Amino acid sequence: MLKKNHFIIALLAVVLLSGFSACKPKNAGSAVTSGAAEKAYVAPGKYDEFYNFVSGGFSGQMAVYGLPSGRLLRVIPVFSVDPEKGWGYSEETKPMLNTSHGFVPWDDLHHPELSQTNGEIDGRWLFGNGNNTPRVARINLKTFRTDEILELPNSGGNHSSPFATENTEYIVAGTRFSVPPDNSNGDVPINTYKQNFKGHISFISVDKTDGKMDIAFQLKLPGVNFDLARSGKLKSHGWFFFSCYNSEQANTLLEVNASQKDKDFILAVNWKKAEEYLKAGKGQKVAVKYASNRYDEKTHTATSTIKNEVTVLDASVLKDICYFIPCPKSPHGCDVDPTGEYIVGSGKLAALIPVFSFDKLQSAIAKKDFIGDYDGIPIVKYESALYGEVQKPGLGPLHTEFDGKGNAYTSFFVSSEVVKWNIKDLKVLDRASTYYSVGHLCVPGGNSRKPNAKYLIAYNKITKDRYLPTGPELAQSAQLFDISGDKMQLILDFPTIGEPHYAQAVAADVIKGNSTKIFKIEENANPYVAKGEGESKVVREGNKVHIYMTSIRSHFSPDNIEGVKMGDEVYFHITNLEQDWDVPHGFAVKGALNAELLIMPGETSTLKWVPDRVGIFPIYCTDFCSALHQEMQGYVRVSPSGSNIPLTFSTGTNKPAESPEASAAPKK
Amino acid sequence: MKNLILTVPVLLLVILLSGCGSPSKDEKNSAAPPAEEVTQNVNSAPKDDAQRGIGKFDASNVKISDKLDVAMAESGEKVTGVKCSSCHKLTEERLVGPGWKGVTQRRKPEWIMNFITNVDEMLNKDPEAQAQLEICLVRMPNQSLSDTDARNILEFMRKNDGVK
Repeated sequence: MLKKNHFIIALLAVVLLSGFSACKPKNAGSAVTSGAAEKAYVAPGKYDEFYNFVSGGFSGQMAVYGLPSGRLLRVIPVFSVDPEKGWGYSEETKPMLNTSHGFVPWDDLHHPELSQTNGEIDGRWLFGNGNNTPRVARINLKTFRTDEILELPNSGGNHSSPFATENTEYIVAGTRFSVPPDNSNGDVPINTYKQNFKGHISFISVDKTDGKMDIAFQLKLPGVNFDLARSGKLKSHGWFFFSCYNSEQANTLLEVNASQKDKDFILAVNWKKAEEYLKAGKGQKVAVKYASNRYDEKTHTATSTIKNEVTVLDASVLKDICYFIPCPKSPHGCDVDPTGEYIVGSGKLAALIPVFSFDKLQSAIAKKDFIGDYDGIPIVKYESALYGEVQKPGLGPLHTEFDGKGNAYTSFFVSSEVVKWNIKDLKVLDRASTYYSVGHLCVPGGNSRKPNAKYLIAYNKITKDRYLPTGPELAQSAQLFDISGDKMQLILDFPTIGEPHYAQAVAADVIKGNSTKIFKIEENANPYVAKGEGESKVVREGNKVHIYMTSIRSHFSPDNIEGVKMGDEVYFHITNLEQDWDVPHGFAVKGALNAELLIMPGETSTLKWVPDRVGIFPIYCTDFCSALHQEMQGYVRVSPSGSNIPLTFSTGTNKPAESPEASAAPKK
Repeated sequence: MKNLILTVPVLLLVILLSGCGSPSKDEKNSAAPPAEEVTQNVNSAPKDDAQRGIGKFDASNVKISDKLDVAMAESGEKVTGVKCSSCHKLTEERLVGPGWKGVTQRRKPEWIMNFITNVDEMLNKDPEAQAQLEICLVRMPNQSLSDTDARNILEFMRKNDGVK
């Protein structure tokens, strides 16, 4: 009887499963063809062929993977504190997370963008957007460290960011939430969106030599949601394209209310024209407040500066900067092909892909082929800008990348697949299922003039049965496809940190030779550096105790410190004297309401500690450094606030006392 | 007997493997080398001048005068303060590494120069450096010394050993 029940249940399960698989993609195993393992295999000790920079989403960080192995190489802390690396905990890095709101320990990083020169990835910098408290970060690809974070005023949700122009003249940042401008009275009813809410797009200039960012200008636009963007290239260089939704200007239940219209827009921005207006003094200086945080590699210290002004160009008043192109059904992706001629819009709720022509757009603008305007911005006639539509490509197109051979790859969230199609004839060439519900795609250099189209990676939103279960939450899944042939071939799954949104990849050769191995101790300009043990010391300034400490395999100097008192603020300034690659030292002190330090060779880093009780506090190195790493330790003695124990410090001289009570302070 | 029979092929294997397993030029491993490499590569130091160690320095490019170059020794002392004195005393006493007293009598100048500029290869291959490692058990860090720094340190070591 029991057996029979089991049989029926099993039968039911089979029926159910097969029923599901009919509308779901084929099951995982059957999608992998032979030779996949060889293609994704990178032998021990061998380097990967590509770096893959993957957004950490709600982790706020940037992950670095090797391709084709899918090995996680590093997690770069960007917008979120990282106790492992002391990011946001050391005194030197705390200013990086400062904003006009104060210290913000977290954000949501969506889109990596590699800097470009002449439309090709140049391997210098990697940008990332802070989606929640609007910011853009710049990562130095020599050190794989965040060197700069710039806050954006007049913004609410920096989603349409941080996309670069062909020579990284600008990084753009379009606001997802339109909000009342910062200098206006924001205390207005929410349902006055149409009257009071505006959408701002920031054009951030990037210094050609050192990469430093500043807001060159902002464009003030009608209140809509800006979603994604791409710069023009070659012939369309000088233009930028932004997808926007909620042209309904809804302020509640957007799921329904922002999906009313058949078409929203792609915004075409002639930023060269904007530059002309800026030069002619047509910009309005507006009082705002935002933080500009920069890390200095010589002082190993970040500085946060609050800025108070931004120049705004009103795109509804200043003509010929902005044009709206109608685009079906809440467009998300807005991607420009390697020739700069084709602009691919992807409506989240659409069942077709519109492809716009830059040439047709230009002639439509010249002929004023408009169907009206939207708050003063001309709307180009859809058909006049349209090159053609890809018919029945799939359901819910999101993002498109290119292979440089005339083909486009578009992700489909709803139908959970990647579709390869030809840009010229708009015909579908191939489709591959993803597991499951793909979001962004990445082809190395897929947004540049010169894609390096060996692989395509799909970043999926749902993981379900791909990995061993780990409770309710699962690592999200990336899937690697070989696209060197006519057909896409799935060769690898790999888990990712946080939630991967967009990602970019580049041949390892572009970056790996520039990697910093050490910081030269001679060039260390930290005000608290100790260049050699001879300079290690402890200095009291009122209730602040500055400990200039050195670390080298395998001891600290000083490692015995006495005379710290309750009420003191203790600053451990640790200089790593090592000058060899891959020899960081760590530092931790018991009871610190803080994190560890991880100090790179030649670097100085500071941990603040406020002792909470009298006693002996151990300190030790947290990063295994040598056979005697476990010996790399020391003690700090904390005495009561009124104590007369003198401030002393030593290494190797404070030998065991003859009598155990010799230096004990009298008990109170 | 049985053990011996087994040992011979294993040894052979180790020798064969280490023969083709030595790191290529561009792989400067700072991690400790596998044990068999330490014992097998004993002979890789040049035979004609085994005392000079392994590296670019030899008698032709390390010129030593009978007299001390005071300025060089002073520069060397400065670099020592930043990069060496954490682990080396100027006396005979061993701290992390050996004390420096007498080092210029114990070692050829070329050997010292090669050791402090080519640390990893020396520790991996030079028998004298390896013997020292067995005593100290902490691999000397590569402190990224320039050739000039290294020469100045050598001059400071000579001063420390009484050269005037």
